[in-house]
Parts: sequence; structure tokens; C-alpha cells
Amino acid sequence: MSETKHSSLPRVPLSGDAANEITRRDFLNEITLGTLGIAGLGSVAVTYQFFSPNVLFEPPTTFRAGNPDLYPVHSVTFLQDQQVYIVRMPEGFYAVSAICTHLGCVTQWKPDTDMIACPCHGSKFKSDGARIEGPAPRPLPHFAISLTPDGELLVDKLQNINTSQVLKV
Amino acid sequence: MASTLHSALQNLRETKVWKSIFRRGPANTNRTRSLAVFGNLFLHWLPVKVREKSLRVRASYYLGSISFLLFIVLLVTGILLMFYYHPAAPHAYRDMKDLQFVVSNGVFLRNLHRLAAHLMVFAVFWHMFHVFYRGGYKPPHEFNWVIGVVLLLVTLFLSYTGYLLPWDQLAFWAVTVGTNIISAMPLIGNKVRFLLLGGNIVGENALLRFYVLHIVILPLVAFLLIGIHFWRVQKDGGLTVKPKDDDGKE
Repeated sequence: MSETKHSSLPRVPLSGDAANEITRRDFLNEITLGTLGIAGLGSVAVTYQFFSPNVLFEPPTTFRAGNPDLYPVHSVTFLQDQQVYIVRMPEGFYAVSAICTHLGCVTQWKPDTDMIACPCHGSKFKSDGARIEGPAPRPLPHFAISLTPDGELLVDKLQNINTSQVLKV
Repeated sequence: MASTLHSALQNLRETKVWKSIFRRGPANTNRTRSLAVFGNLFLHWLPVKVREKSLRVRASYYLGSISFLLFIVLLVTGILLMFYYHPAAPHAYRDMKDLQFVVSNGVFLRNLHRLAAHLMVFAVFWHMFHVFYRGGYKPPHEFNWVIGVVLLLVTLFLSYTGYLLPWDQLAFWAVTVGTNIISAMPLIGNKVRFLLLGGNIVGENALLRFYVLHIVILPLVAFLLIGIHFWRVQKDGGLTVKPKDDDGKE
């Protein structure tokens, strides 16, 4: 209805500032679309927040690996629960991730071939995590390893360290 | 006997209730037949006239219909399986084993769901290849081709999310590997993986999220897109019929 009324009004030629004025309809359209847009972005943001859990019931990422004397020199020990290798070499201790850098399978230490091998797609690593072959793109990372005040090994799986850093005990 | 039945049916057609549901007379002319299709929610998107050529087996091998039939089978068996399945660890694995060994006919339903899922992936792929090699993606079918490709992806996502639900070793490692592939996406990969799993590892949150995707979100999306897909077939003038199909040869 308003459309016909509008068109039947005598047309006043617009000039200067009047030509730049926006109509009420355009103004309301822009306000409505803008409000809906902001509300839409807001709902996307709160939905994203909702889907990101704040508390996770996952195994702790820092763990004690026991007394250093448990590990003989020249040994690779797989800690099943933590999926970490505790390696003791003459130069010291290091903690190597047991999760393959290819697609996240758990690797296995093969003492007879002196290699860490992945059962999923055949990647192979040295005992210090260096890549020998296979689809894995990167060597196995080393985790931060230290001694607690009471003399136990402490591994932090969230902290990757340089492979040259070893813990001397 | 036959005339009694006939007159009983005739009387039923005269009742107010019948007339309120079926707002037309018997479908005995072309016009009333068309009205019967138009006036039915489940049939109204079907074409009122179909070219005989497009009904020949070679025209489609009924692959789209087979995919849809399998989708219905999956819907029915899936809803039945839900009555015995808890999407939580460690119940999920036990419930799956119970369905195999304890629940009456559970193994039948589970295998029906599983095999229909495998067949649906196969049928949807074959459908896509068939449409592709017949040139069914060409104008005016471009839009429906895109809908079809999205439906193929939804089918694969349904298949993948369902794969985790038995909560066995195969499921766990398949989803570990699959979500690590997701995290290879540049920039947002790790975030997407975190949101999909609801954590950093494939745990209870991941099981629940995959369950909700599998039984609510993806089937709804699939249902909606299937509706558009079917409706669009009619709007685009039915199935692609090649001139060669006239003589029944291809």
C-alpha cells in the first residue's frame, strides 16, 4: 500500500545535500541488517565458546617417572600410561614422545633393531627420536625432563625442548 | 462379497472424515490423478508426468533411489539401535557387544545398519559416477550436482562419525588418525580438531560429540538436502535422457 502512495507523490527533483539523504526505508533496512549481523556474529562467538571445553578430564601432562636408578645406562623404557620413552644414555636422560608425528599412532621400541617403529604406516626413528624413514614429517619431540627436590624424574609433556638438552644425573 | 466391499468403500468415500483428508474424487481421470499427486505432502514434489525413457533401468540403474532406500533403512535401524546404546565410556563398547550377543535380534539390526552404511557409501559413489559419465551435471542440472556432491560429503561424514561409536580399538585409532589429518589444515587445523574432539585426545567428549553429529545433526542436514535434491530433479525437467536412449541403446 505504502508503495503506491509513495509513487503517487509528486516527485521533487533532488539537488545538493538532498540527493545524498537516505530514505527512511533504506535507513531502517540498514539498521535492521546491522543489528541482525551483530547478533549473528555474537551468537557465532558464544557458540564457539560453548563448544570449547574449559575443564578437561584428561591424563595430567606432567608426571613423575620414578627414581633415575630405575633406568640402566643404554636403555629405552616405554611408559605405557604416559606414552613416553625414558632414554638413558651415558651423557644423561631424555624423554622422547612415543606418539608418531605422522598421524598420532603409538610407536614401539624394537630393541633387536635398535629402532622406534610405528605400526600404522611404518615410520622409523632412532632411540633419540631422530627420523630414519617413513611418512612421519618430523622427528619425535623431546619433552622437558628435570629432577624433583626428592630426586625423582619429572617430565612435562607440554614443554618441548631441544634434542641437545639432556638431564645429567 | 466383492460388491459389499465395493459399496462399503463407496460409503467410506462419502463420509465427512474421508472427504476432509482426500479432497478429491477417485483418481480415474488425468486431472484427478494429477490432483491426487499435488494434494499429497509425500508425493507433491514428484513429477505428474514421467518420460518412459527415464524409467528404464539403464537410465539411472535406480542408484539415487537405492541410496535413498538405504538411508531410510539406516534411519530405522539406527533409531532402534539407539534404544540400547549409551554414548559414554565404557558403556559404549559393552552396549555394542550386548547388541551382538545379548539383545534379541540385536546382531541382525547392528549388521543391517553396518552393511547398509557400507552399501550407501558405495551406492552414492556409483550414483555420482553414473551422473558424471552421463553428463547429468550439465545445465540446467548444475545446482543439483553441487547439492549431490554435498550429499556425498555428508554421507562420508555420517559414515566416519558412526565409525567411532563401537568404541573399540579400530574405532579409536581410525578417529585418532582421522582427526590428526584434520589438524594438518593450515592455521585452524589444531583448533578444529580440538572442537571436534572436545579435548586433545579421543575420549568421552569426542564420543559424545561424534554421537550427536551422527544421530542428529548430519541426518537432519542429509534429510534437508535430499528433499532439495529430489525437488530439484523435477524442477530441472526430470532425469537426463540422452537422444540415444530413444532406441533403448546407449
